[in-house]
Amino acid sequence: MADEIVKNIILGEDDDYVINMGPQHPSTHGVLRFEVSLKGETIEKVVPHCGYIHRGIEKMCERDTYPQIIHLTDRMDYLSAHINNEAVCLCVENALEVEVPDRVKYIRTILDELNRIASHQLWWCAMGMDMGALTTFFYGLRDREKILDIFEESFGSRLLHSFNTPGGLMNDIHPDFQKKTKEFIQYFRKKLPEYDQLLSGNVIFQARTKDIGVLSLEDAIQYGITGPSGRASGFACDIRKIQPYSAYPKVSFKEIVYTEGDTFHRYKARIDEMYESMNIIEQLIDNIPEGDHALKMKAVIKLPVGEYYQRAETARGELGVYIVSDGNKTPYRIKFRSPNFSNLFIINKLATGFKIADLVAISGSLDLVIPDIDR
Amino acid sequence: MDHENLKNQILSLIPEAEFRENKQFLEIIVPSAKLNSICKELKNSGNTWFDYLFCLTAIDWNDHFMMVYHLTSTKHNHTLVLKTRVDNHQNPEVDTVSDIWRTAEFHEREVYDLFGIKFNNHPDPRRLFLEDDYGFPLRKDFTDEINMIVR
Amino acid sequence: MTFNIYDLSSFTQSVDAWLRNAMSPGWASLTEYVVIGLVFLILYAVVGLYLVYAERKVCAFMQNRLGPNRVGPFGLFQTIADLIKLLMKELIPIKNADKVLFNIAPFIVIIASFLAIAAIPFAKGLHAIDFNIGIFYVIAVSSVSVIGILLAGWSSNSKYSLIGAMRSGAQIISYELSVGLSLLTIVIFAGTMQLSSIIESQANGWWIFKGHISAFIAFIIFLIASTAETNRGPFDLAEAESELTAGFHTEYSGIRFAFFFLAEYMNMFIVASIAATVFLGGWMPLHFGTGTGFNHIMDFIPPIFWFTGKTAFVVYLMMWFKWTFPRLRIDQLLTLEWKYLLPINLVNILVVAFLTLMGWYFK
Repeated sequence: MADEIVKNIILGEDDDYVINMGPQHPSTHGVLRFEVSLKGETIEKVVPHCGYIHRGIEKMCERDTYPQIIHLTDRMDYLSAHINNEAVCLCVENALEVEVPDRVKYIRTILDELNRIASHQLWWCAMGMDMGALTTFFYGLRDREKILDIFEESFGSRLLHSFNTPGGLMNDIHPDFQKKTKEFIQYFRKKLPEYDQLLSGNVIFQARTKDIGVLSLEDAIQYGITGPSGRASGFACDIRKIQPYSAYPKVSFKEIVYTEGDTFHRYKARIDEMYESMNIIEQLIDNIPEGDHALKMKAVIKLPVGEYYQRAETARGELGVYIVSDGNKTPYRIKFRSPNFSNLFIINKLATGFKIADLVAISGSLDLVIPDIDR
Repeated sequence: MDHENLKNQILSLIPEAEFRENKQFLEIIVPSAKLNSICKELKNSGNTWFDYLFCLTAIDWNDHFMMVYHLTSTKHNHTLVLKTRVDNHQNPEVDTVSDIWRTAEFHEREVYDLFGIKFNNHPDPRRLFLEDDYGFPLRKDFTDEINMIVR
Repeated sequence: MTFNIYDLSSFTQSVDAWLRNAMSPGWASLTEYVVIGLVFLILYAVVGLYLVYAERKVCAFMQNRLGPNRVGPFGLFQTIADLIKLLMKELIPIKNADKVLFNIAPFIVIIASFLAIAAIPFAKGLHAIDFNIGIFYVIAVSSVSVIGILLAGWSSNSKYSLIGAMRSGAQIISYELSVGLSLLTIVIFAGTMQLSSIIESQANGWWIFKGHISAFIAFIIFLIASTAETNRGPFDLAEAESELTAGFHTEYSGIRFAFFFLAEYMNMFIVASIAATVFLGGWMPLHFGTGTGFNHIMDFIPPIFWFTGKTAFVVYLMMWFKWTFPRLRIDQLLTLEWKYLLPINLVNILVVAFLTLMGWYFK
């Protein structure tokens, strides 16, 4: 039965030329396999095969206590590790109906936005590199190093922090944190327009991204495409505006929404988000209130019986944490609604009819992080 | 639309819905035989207009499964949790909603892969992450002596 | 033996006379051929190696890093180390590949660029083959390399290689037209195809200055078209690593891969030297008009350095493009050629023919 389905769904007509991109491939960022069926240079069908990095995080979380789960969530969308951690902590804190100190909220939001800038920088490097402009890789990483240095000083680790814990933060931030963040913002405000011009203003880049892979608003809602990819098609899905959490109710920023939905506007949406992130950090960095860095929680955290859902906005879209608790110290069922899982499967609809080179551009603009798809 | 109004709207559309305790969202449970038609009603009716399915999952309660759908409306900004019970624990089956919300196609493949729940009329009923003969890991009675570390 | 750095023909003629004295004319000619062949082989290898080094350094400086700087002083021996490594790598045979074609393909590419390099005037008197159809010969033999690329892609028996080879074949064949037509403008101005005569005619100024706007347009078109001819820069779809994992030379390993790699850099050198010869005066120093003090000062620098400097400048331009721009897609590349460059070229030739007839250029 499986063979027939495979023949009908995947392979299409007999004279189609099927090539594999991945799982090891320089431009699918992570282990993902695209089975592309071509007619000449034109794509007829793209079938993504995921599961190469499925680690069973949801099953592992059923065995671990709530503070231990935080370390597993880092490894889902590792470029927005802090936001993943924060979402689980918020879910647990809301379930227990405790309110964290203001200091914690401010620091969590600042770290969220720094993480968002770092993630978008890496996306920008990789997108330029996929299109052939190899120099952008180095420029983007150079500036991302400054953010990673700030993280390393406060947390001891550059990428996977696990700095949150239910009730607050594990430790207070380093005394130099505010000064270094302010210096970084000043430096980056001058660099970002340079990068913007270098790639966005380039005729070749625009010819390769304008009107390629157009996603309509209908499709974005139907397929659940969130994050900058969805907002570029007009779907106003920013959780920071719909259901603000942490210190987001206290800051004012613009939600970046375009209506054209092509690759170029998905690119532009992320660049503009970096500007907005800098604005948010500037509003918060000088006003961090004094106080504790965590609440005193019980040694063993047990959630009351019931179901709790928390939504957060990672760099790639809407992350959902759904915890079903039966009163024990480990969750009965935890489900992570990952943004990349929903974003991946639109690729067939977007890429059909375009060329192979466009497939690379489209998957770059969707900004997929594969471990988040597979969990 | 606030809680009370939404509750009344839903009752008027779906008389069979039972409301349940939930501190965060409005939660209803519906019979699984009518799942597809109820979902269509919820999506297409102007006052509810639940056009965005943002989470689809299943929970294993040892003698039955519970399918959970989190829906929200981009127009009215209200959220609903829809549940349906699947009683047959050995060979569970439920209707698909992928013809109503396209994202459900892939979430249902994941649920099939991890729980073994079959979806009727699904356009592409293949496993997603695991091999064909693996078993269904998220079931509570799944054991793997070699790889699973149990406390 | 007289060795006048300003006119190496005295050196070559004295060597020739010495050989004819020492042995019979037949043997003397044979020895000369062998010696010139060896000199070109060594030149090819050494210049190729150091062009790779130069590219890595230029690329590194543009990307805010240092490049090779450990192997040897300033990293100068890096490419030699890479060459030794490539020589020692296993030659992985492909199971269902056509063995004969698979093995010949790299050689065809090298032979094509070797044939072209023989006709380039390196300095006054250092010109190996001086045909009266010089430019035509160079364009013709550099087109032979497309056969090597197509054979490499076909005989690898791999889908990626085939797609890469087809793309490359289409690209090279299209851009040959632009290369030929843009060189034709200078042929019309100079009135001859012989490379040494074209250089002699630039004794009172380089064609890019004398031919004003039309020659400048032809130079720009030549640069773009020749970057596409050599599969470099924004036109390197055929080996786009991020899409097709190395395209037509995916299945080659070790020394065979080194041949493709070397041939690409030497093609870049050849194309740059043609640009330098035809548009920028070859080994001719920068002169404005005739017989002024400025020209005497320019004449102090020996011709071989003028030639190397100009070629190096054009090579640097080509490297600069590659590391700045993203890649063009195949259909955009072909559109660029057939819808933009070719019409501009044709109009330019008409304009140049008209200018030559009316004499409206700096003579």
